[in-house]
Amino acid sequence: MTIHEPLTEPPASTTNPGTAASGGGLTIRGLHKVLGGRTIIDNLDLSVQEGELVSLLGPSGCGKTTTLRMIAGFLEPDSGSIEVEGQEVSHLGAENRPSAMVFQNYALWPHMTVAKNVGFPLKLRKMSKAEIKDRVEAVLELVSLLHHKDSKPARISGGEQQRVALARALVQEPKLLLLDEPLSNLDAKLRVKVREDIRKIQQELGITTVIVTHDQEEAMSMSDRIAVMNAGKIEQYSTPEALYARPETEFVATFIGSMNRLEGSLNNGLITAGPDILGIRPEDVILAAAPFAGAVPATVERVVPRGHFQEVYVRRADAQLRSFVSGELMQPGQQTYAGIRKAMTFRDGRLVAEAGAAL
Amino acid sequence: MATTAASRSRRPLTLDSMVRSALVGLFVVLMVVFILGPLLWLGVRAFAGNWTFPNLLPDDWTLRWWQVVINDGALGIAVQNSLFFAPLTVLVSAIICLPAAYAFARFDFPGRRFFLISLFATNAFPKMGLFVTLAALFYALNLMNSVLGILVVHVLGTVVFMTWIPAAAFAAVPRNLEEAARDAGASKLRVFASVTLPMALPGIIVAAVMSFLASFDEAQGTYLVGAPAFMTMPTQMYSLVLNYPTQVAAVFSILLAIPSVALMLAAHKHILGGQLAEGFQIK
Repeated sequence: MTIHEPLTEPPASTTNPGTAASGGGLTIRGLHKVLGGRTIIDNLDLSVQEGELVSLLGPSGCGKTTTLRMIAGFLEPDSGSIEVEGQEVSHLGAENRPSAMVFQNYALWPHMTVAKNVGFPLKLRKMSKAEIKDRVEAVLELVSLLHHKDSKPARISGGEQQRVALARALVQEPKLLLLDEPLSNLDAKLRVKVREDIRKIQQELGITTVIVTHDQEEAMSMSDRIAVMNAGKIEQYSTPEALYARPETEFVATFIGSMNRLEGSLNNGLITAGPDILGIRPEDVILAAAPFAGAVPATVERVVPRGHFQEVYVRRADAQLRSFVSGELMQPGQQTYAGIRKAMTFRDGRLVAEAGAAL
Repeated sequence: MATTAASRSRRPLTLDSMVRSALVGLFVVLMVVFILGPLLWLGVRAFAGNWTFPNLLPDDWTLRWWQVVINDGALGIAVQNSLFFAPLTVLVSAIICLPAAYAFARFDFPGRRFFLISLFATNAFPKMGLFVTLAALFYALNLMNSVLGILVVHVLGTVVFMTWIPAAAFAAVPRNLEEAARDAGASKLRVFASVTLPMALPGIIVAAVMSFLASFDEAQGTYLVGAPAFMTMPTQMYSLVLNYPTQVAAVFSILLAIPSVALMLAAHKHILGGQLAEGFQIK
């Protein structure tokens, strides 16, 4: 009934981060940074294809912002190489790199108007006034802010400031666009809209982009690929789907989505004591009123309505499990049957087996 | 119903507001007496002929004292000297102190705090003691009765303003605004000229105004180092008070106040109308 299938080889979607992209995009090799005696970035490799949007995702202090600042040129790596479109940039200052950055709090210059802010990079490139005006208006049109071109940054809303910052980066026609927590200062509704806007513009322009975020939903919804970082290392680098479906480490499984974390192993649908860690996604805990194959009687302990679904805590003889169910609201104390559809087994933090029960 | 409720709630309010307005009135009167009073007396005095004791106003009015001041060659030179030393002091002080202020704000070097605090040293001791030692040094260096000597005295008096206030202004410029400019392709010098300096400018202007006024009002040191070769307006005041009728001193102090007041008004307008009032939303 229960099938244990050892993982032989990682699937194609989880590409080896060490493989260098030839030609375009961004290639980082052996990036290392120690700050105040603490290793912030530990021998990191990352390659981003041309036109790809990649998120660096991780908890605070994992080194994602440090990595971005080293790519942008604000921080010098202790060792390692950074190549943008085949050109080594790690020896260049920020002002000479072909990348443009959008800062977390936008970093607009308060003494300049929106148009002056956006036009400043072009002014530095010694363009004519007429050409600057044309380009600034074109890019402000792109982020639909042309009507605000003569406003001071303090006079426009946070979402608009964010778009000005994006316009100021895009106007430079960078080979690499860097965004540092671009949505963290926006309210929840606006965040969804702006992330779609950013993704749309990025795809229209086909610009290679690296986004730093701690928000998994943001990363999942925008990225072509996600590099999950922990303690200065990339834990896993794969597509959003692969990251969720086949997390390579326990850290990734816990960080992306939610998971029932239990000690033991799964035998015939029952959890038995053991040295391994068992990870079961809540949606893989199936509840039904009638017994079904692999199901065990269970009691509902707690129900948390979450809008379009409910979070149900059930107690089985072997363990307490959390389940996401849709449909009629369940009641605490209700008798039900709970079966486990799929479970991941981790040993020493790494995924060693995936078990699926044919339900 | 509604009116009775209103009147009941109004009663204690009136008493309260009466006490409050009485206190405010008292405060205003005291302010007028102690701030405007002397100024008013000064203004009247400058136009007074004879003014006998019990009378509230002078017996007769005259412009004679203004003529005395304007026609006196020494006073004209004092005005010239003051208008020469004050701007020069601001300029020299800015050249010396602004780079120091930037360094205090942006770099962490050994002894940073010590140097910052030690700038207060010139203000920590009685000025006269400092000037006497300075004079001894100046005799040795042949700086007595020289432009350079007076300039040194004046600049010393402005170092604290010209360093501390701009240092705070530079430190308040968010780093990522400078980083954003570097990212846009600006050299370090360009970042300073286009972002750091314009954003710190209100603070620098405040420091410049305060330095100008400090130099303009500096009397003790200037008298010790500069007199009698270089008399500025405040040092000339000393001889006026001693040598002329009090009316001349009144005229002169009004003249002395004009540049200060004009400068304060201009700075006030610039700073309140400028970037400080815009209010940064950026951390």
